[in-house]
Amino acid sequence: MPLVIGIPKETYADEKRVATVPDVVEKLIKLGFSVSVESGAGEGANFTDDSFVAAGATIVGDAAQLWSSSDIIFKVRAPTSAEVGLMKEGATLVSFIWPAQNPELMEQLAARKVTVLAMDSVPRISRAQKLDALSSMANIAGYRAVIEAAHHFGRFFTGQITAAGKVPPAKVFVIGAGVAGLAAIGAASGLGAIVRANDTRPEVGDQVKSMGGEFVPVDYVEEGAGVGGYAKVMSEGFQKAQLETFAKQAKDVDIIITTALIPGKPAPKLITAEMVRSMKAGSVIVDLASEQGGNCELTEPGKVVVKHGVTIIGYADLPSRLSRQSSTLYATNLLRMTEELCKTKDGIIDVNMDDEVIRGATVVKDGAITWPPPAPKLSAAPPQAAKSAAPVAAKKSGHGHGASGPMPARQLAIIFGVGALLFWLIGAAAPAAFLGHFTVFVLACFVGYMVVWNVTPALHTPLMSVTNAISSIIAIGALVQISPPLLEGVQRPGFWIGLLAFIGIVLTSVNMFGGFAVTRRMLAMFRK
Amino acid sequence: MSASLATVSYIGATILFILSLGGLSNPESSRRGNVYGIIGMTIAVLATILGPRVSGGGIAWIIMAMAIGGSVGLYAARKVQMTQMPELVALMHSLVGLAACTVGFASYIDPSIEFTGAEKTIHEVEIYLGILIGAVTFSGSVIAFGKLSGKIGGKPMLLPGRHWMNLVGLLLVIWLCREFLHAETIGGGAVPLVLMTFIALLFGVHMVMAIGGADMPVVVSMLNSYSGWAAAATGFMLSNDLLIVTGALVGSSGAILSYIMCRAMNRNFISVIAGGFGTGGGEAAKPGEQPAGEVTPISAVETAELLLEAKNVIIVPGYGMAVAQAQHTVYEITSHLRAKGINVRFGIHPVAGRMPGHMNVLLAEAKVPYDIVMEMDELNDDFPNTDVAIVIGANDIVNPAAQEDPTSPIAGMPVLEVWKAKTSIVMKRSMASGYAGVDNPLFYKENNRMLFGDAKKMLEEVLVAIMA
Repeated sequence: MPLVIGIPKETYADEKRVATVPDVVEKLIKLGFSVSVESGAGEGANFTDDSFVAAGATIVGDAAQLWSSSDIIFKVRAPTSAEVGLMKEGATLVSFIWPAQNPELMEQLAARKVTVLAMDSVPRISRAQKLDALSSMANIAGYRAVIEAAHHFGRFFTGQITAAGKVPPAKVFVIGAGVAGLAAIGAASGLGAIVRANDTRPEVGDQVKSMGGEFVPVDYVEEGAGVGGYAKVMSEGFQKAQLETFAKQAKDVDIIITTALIPGKPAPKLITAEMVRSMKAGSVIVDLASEQGGNCELTEPGKVVVKHGVTIIGYADLPSRLSRQSSTLYATNLLRMTEELCKTKDGIIDVNMDDEVIRGATVVKDGAITWPPPAPKLSAAPPQAAKSAAPVAAKKSGHGHGASGPMPARQLAIIFGVGALLFWLIGAAAPAAFLGHFTVFVLACFVGYMVVWNVTPALHTPLMSVTNAISSIIAIGALVQISPPLLEGVQRPGFWIGLLAFIGIVLTSVNMFGGFAVTRRMLAMFRK
Repeated sequence: MSASLATVSYIGATILFILSLGGLSNPESSRRGNVYGIIGMTIAVLATILGPRVSGGGIAWIIMAMAIGGSVGLYAARKVQMTQMPELVALMHSLVGLAACTVGFASYIDPSIEFTGAEKTIHEVEIYLGILIGAVTFSGSVIAFGKLSGKIGGKPMLLPGRHWMNLVGLLLVIWLCREFLHAETIGGGAVPLVLMTFIALLFGVHMVMAIGGADMPVVVSMLNSYSGWAAAATGFMLSNDLLIVTGALVGSSGAILSYIMCRAMNRNFISVIAGGFGTGGGEAAKPGEQPAGEVTPISAVETAELLLEAKNVIIVPGYGMAVAQAQHTVYEITSHLRAKGINVRFGIHPVAGRMPGHMNVLLAEAKVPYDIVMEMDELNDDFPNTDVAIVIGANDIVNPAAQEDPTSPIAGMPVLEVWKAKTSIVMKRSMASGYAGVDNPLFYKENNRMLFGDAKKMLEEVLVAIMA
């Protein structure tokens, strides 16, 4: 007898999402379950009862009947106490619960002897990403925040030059570059705004850039990454520097989107009333943390208010305002969770407490509260190891070549002295013809010195083979010896010279052809 | 072709040679640089053959000689494996040296150019020097070739009183030079000239025999330099500016390379040439000074897991990779890791391998893109942010003792700081110490793992595990 998954209609005011969609229903049935959907459950998200029936679900008209007949309940919002009362003993509930904020609900669920998996408590590790409903909801919230802001903002986002005048681009400042923040950055820059973002974790700077934003760092050094991919509470000094940075931004930007949350704590107050006052009239603040008290002091949760000429949006139900999209993503997250619970695909679930993901999500097991789970240990950036003892400083070579510093004056004087002596000796003894060649030689040495220092170390081997090829220029010496036009009467051991020159030409042409050919072969291999 | 036209052609060739070396400043322009070199050489040779110094009768001989030499050269260039590049380069140096000798001798016995007085003396000194440098280059390069190809053992051969022998040789050469200059007839001068050549050959053999395997990059670049000076000396002898300029270019190139190699080993050029290692001040590590701690082995499968979990990987190849011919497997692993979004880079120590830039060529042969192949200075600071550093067949260039132990024979040598990575993995055949005979404290570090076995075989196992 396969277990029945029940999908009740959400009862929370204005909640438009539903915990499953027809596409996912089909997949749940393939996993061996039967699915019951309360009549009208999908209305808010534009899924009709007929579409659920077409996918293979049964429609149940009455909520009480659905709750009492289902072995597994999929929900979006945490159930009310009335709904908990309807649950079958031993049943399983998968939903958002927020156990830290709802201790009473936890007691009720435990008393009902059910098993509860909280989608908000899924550990944030790589393997669990596909069932991370918080991320999928945050993504939607970030997108919707930009749309809401655009709706209330009286101007274009993108800069334009029209016949009627120039329109400057909107400037958007995003606080907190988590999933929601990054989605907001992407959406806002997609609309053409200039986007800046700040986060206490400096390592997200690259992610901000990748979404089209500019990272605005706080000028204060402190490591902000906490355990489990969340930010942690920062020191007072940092917070002060942070507020200064934000105050500066507030004066400049048109739209602020705040997404700063610290798990289990009220949202940090990052935008003061003073900053709101300093903003231009017509600016918009979207506070995604409004449910946890808001990042802005003037936020009123669930409402849009206008204060000091600034529209402050405190909607706590942004995902619900994009209900079809959020229902689809949430349903998929639930499907992945179901796959984790039912690895045998036979319509029976197994709440395996040895599995890290399931252990983390399970907040009530057969009537016993199992929350909070043991602390997660994995994080994208592990804590830094203690700095090792200072090593022996590497000795710097004292010569004046390349990158090292200039050589001491005394050494330089000695070298110049020796050089001058040598030149004097040569100048005193050598004939004029020699000096001409000598000039060429010295200058060529310097040219070689300059050119070769520019050669990249990666090409040192080709450098050697090409210099090898070039040094076969000695061939010219042999060429002019083999059969010079002779003056009358000069006797010359032609055979021996010819033989030596012939050998010389053979040897050098090995280098000439071989050297260039092998260099060519090597250089052809260097590619990006 | 008139003499002036030939001279102008030589100037053109000179400029092309300089451009050719200049092109090597980056891989993009290097291919064109090589073409410049070829054009320059063609111009130089044609201008000479068609010029006033070659009469019609020799052209057939010239073509024949060039056909023989050229086909040998092209064949060698096509057949040589990239791991054998150092041998080929050494062999080519020896040819330049030998050619300088033959040209020198031919010039000496050629009476068609007559000098008198100081000019004659200078001309003869030039011949003498040209043959001297050529002979040292020749025999030294032949020995270097033997050592690089494994035909001669890599251990330095240290004769007793070798510095005295060298000194006596030098004095003999100077004395013979005096005799040579005072000789009345060509036959009389030939005796000291041949004797000197013999001593020079011995000197070249002795010099390279005394230098150990890991110092080979210095020797190869030094011989490169000598072959250039030999060409320059030949240029003086023949009063040919093209030869002088080219020789000077090649000579300074080799000298700079030697200097870079010495700096990379924190060694004095003189001490490398004088031979041996650690024979002066720093004795080889005493047995009692074994670094404390245990060596932690790791399997190929575990290595693969570590690599797959990493974000940043740095691979440090050494001569061992070349010996095992493992560069292609390394590339396969690299491309799989990169396809998974892992940042893989290569760290090249200047003296890794047996000649300057050896590793770069091997990696390029295996199609590793050159923009992920970094120099030591470019990525040494990145090791603390690196998850896994893999050392393949290298030892001294990753030895932390160079920084931590001032009494170590390699103290002060710049090294790749792989031990600062979160995990380092050293691939090695056994626990034997490196060329310098210094035990490597890296192996005993807590975050280090040893992957014992033949580099190629182990890497293939790692590759299989990564693909699985």
